[in-house]
Amino acid sequence: MQELINRAKELLADGTVARVLGWKAGDLPFNPEPAYFEKEEDFADFVYDGFCGANLSKYMIEASKLEGKTLVCLKPCDTYSFRQLMKEHRVDREKAYIIGVGCRGKLDVNKIRDMGIKGIESVQGAEIEEEGDTLTFQTIYGEKTCSYADAMLERCHVCKGKEHMIYDELIGESKETKDADRFAEVEKIEAMSPEERFAYFQKELSKCIRCNACRNVCPACSCRKCVFDSTKFDSAQKANVNSFEEKMFHIIRAFHVAGRCTDCGECSRVCPQGIPLHLFNRKFIKDIDELYGEYQAGADDEERGPLTSYSMDDAEPGIVAERG
Amino acid sequence: MYKIAKENLTALFQKIAAQQELYLPVKTAGQVNFGVWTDDAQVDLDTLKSVKSPKDVFFPQSETLYTCIKDGRKLKIEPEALKEQSFVVFGMKACDIKGVEVLDRVFLSDPIDTFYAARRDHGTVVALACHEPEESCFCKVFGVDCADPVADVAAWMIEDTLYWKPVTKKGEALTASLEELLTEDDAAEAKVEAEQAAIRAIVEKLPYSHLSLEGWNGDVLMEKFNSGLWDELYKPCLACGTCTFVCPTCQCYDIKDYNTGHGVQRYRCWDSCMYSDFTMMAHGNNRTTQKERFRQRFMHKLVYFPANNDGMYSCVGCGRCVEKCPAALNIVKVIKAFQKQGGEQ
Amino acid sequence: MSIEAKEEFRPKIVAFCCNWCSYAGADLAGSSRLSYPADVKIIRVPCSCRVNPMFILRAFERGADGVIMCGCHPGDCHYTSGNYYARRRMTLLFSMLDFIGVENGRTRVEWVSAAEGARFSATMHEFVDKIRSLGKNVRLEDLRCRN
Repeated sequence: MQELINRAKELLADGTVARVLGWKAGDLPFNPEPAYFEKEEDFADFVYDGFCGANLSKYMIEASKLEGKTLVCLKPCDTYSFRQLMKEHRVDREKAYIIGVGCRGKLDVNKIRDMGIKGIESVQGAEIEEEGDTLTFQTIYGEKTCSYADAMLERCHVCKGKEHMIYDELIGESKETKDADRFAEVEKIEAMSPEERFAYFQKELSKCIRCNACRNVCPACSCRKCVFDSTKFDSAQKANVNSFEEKMFHIIRAFHVAGRCTDCGECSRVCPQGIPLHLFNRKFIKDIDELYGEYQAGADDEERGPLTSYSMDDAEPGIVAERG
Repeated sequence: MYKIAKENLTALFQKIAAQQELYLPVKTAGQVNFGVWTDDAQVDLDTLKSVKSPKDVFFPQSETLYTCIKDGRKLKIEPEALKEQSFVVFGMKACDIKGVEVLDRVFLSDPIDTFYAARRDHGTVVALACHEPEESCFCKVFGVDCADPVADVAAWMIEDTLYWKPVTKKGEALTASLEELLTEDDAAEAKVEAEQAAIRAIVEKLPYSHLSLEGWNGDVLMEKFNSGLWDELYKPCLACGTCTFVCPTCQCYDIKDYNTGHGVQRYRCWDSCMYSDFTMMAHGNNRTTQKERFRQRFMHKLVYFPANNDGMYSCVGCGRCVEKCPAALNIVKVIKAFQKQGGEQ
Repeated sequence: MSIEAKEEFRPKIVAFCCNWCSYAGADLAGSSRLSYPADVKIIRVPCSCRVNPMFILRAFERGADGVIMCGCHPGDCHYTSGNYYARRRMTLLFSMLDFIGVENGRTRVEWVSAAEGARFSATMHEFVDKIRSLGKNVRLEDLRCRN
């Protein structure tokens, strides 16, 4: 982390960048917030540890409109989002100085709470340089420990890899954290009967409170005006009356980002109700891979997205029924 | 004071539910929220905080106000009936009850919100003291004592026994209807006092418990409103409505029409000051930037509300926003930022 | 009308037909005096590509029991490639509907040219039969829209 801070200060001092976009330490050990650093003294609060899960690519949409370059710290998975946004001309590459930061998996405080660890006063083992696999918590209710891997976000268990897709320089080592198959959860649901699948999603989506956190955090959801915010169209329902509105919102949202979603997992990370929203996106990704060839959004600059291209011999929609 | 063994709680819930609707913390797909008790509901009294505050028992996220039905060339208007059956809310925490007090200020002052008032009249609240407060809690700052919740019935879960103390007439009536399940216990008072002392000792140790509200009152409107700090504070805000929708005191709503194809349903639903269409008017929007929207939320809770309600803040320190904000922003960080600035001046 | 006839399930079917081929196909069916079930309500769209996934969900919300989209045969699109895009979109959307547990068969895509009046009629008969066998759509219906 110190290397990162030093380099950021250096680039700020020599005028290469006008500001640094990173994370500011929170007032609890696990709630750092995305923040801009413009002066040297601001860096006293700079932090980069296991709790810095936020994907800063989304903030680069706004930062691209600012005067001068913004130094942005991107984890390997965040760089997919940035590159995809570049492809869509939503961020300006010239306005960004990307430091690819190392990552060894990010932590999910909800998982930690679910393990019964509460009243957290301090955490050891979440530092980025730490090699160990144990997190130690000092809590009001005594010392607790858990394994780093058990506390990791779902997305880190299906990590896309430690390679950065785009960067100006790299600082820090990354670690392979993948220990599960990306489509295993989707396959599990596919294997259920339609009744079971319906019951499953009904239960999950009935928790939705329409807070729009999934949409607002999503780097692919970068429309200036979302169709669900339009006052001139009756899709702008904030009602939470029965299950349809939620299904509509989540299916359409996933559809709108299909072929552009890099599977960064932010939607599931931020959902206050813990809805596994990534399942919708992954289902689309799985279908795209199977029907139109493997495609990873954000992995390249040139290739057209699967929904903005076609081939003459594409599968007919009837294939869904045939697959059964 | 009465008591009942934890293993008999299901019988207690069954008994209550046989007479009236019962709302309590229920775990659905891994998350705890207040819901209606059913035989197969997974009741969870151990989780400290429900994701959404139980305010939706009195002020639902969406509710129909009236329905227009097209009948040939006529239009029939059917007002929505007010709540007429009594119900019980079991397991509300002290902060959430204080939250309802805040809502009362809004909905029960003139003009009275009849939908809300009917629910308040028919509801009996059984409060549950917090056994193990967490790091995000700061109810003490707002004068809430989580060891001694004030409601129709106050309850404490100590080890495997629930202690039950009727406080109001409504509470006594409920207790009377449950007499066969509750046993009187003279030693209970001492046990509860010991538990209360233990809870209060934990509260003292919580990181936010000694947060100072100095400088936040109804008289500092312009000073706080014009502060340059907002320019920095709002920046990570994603403009989602998570903080608003999990909050026990947020009471803003929107009224909308839903076209059912054969008529119109006029409903109201929670709204969030974080949304771009909040308080949208014919001329457009009052607050055009996220900074203004963000400022509105905290100014409302800490300045506007106390100015209009004898100094009562519309934050109760439940800490849900602390836990749920996707960008790790919250009211505590705002209060601290102003405090820090004050110290530097 | 007899009482039995009243009780028979009459599905509501929405058919999105592209202006250039399928709508003309429906027209041909009419002028050739070929019948198709009155349960089918046709909505004309400029191209199958115009069909937004939201249209389909909205139709279900408002009480449709089946939605069929008809366009020009692949390769014959009036706008060269609209139906190719539509084909990908609908494949993914249908797969998603299947994923969340909506019965298979409530949605369909058929390519019907302006010369295929008989095919249009046969397709609609077949689709209506299929929806009849599936029964009422309850999984994607908005209860507020119920009569």
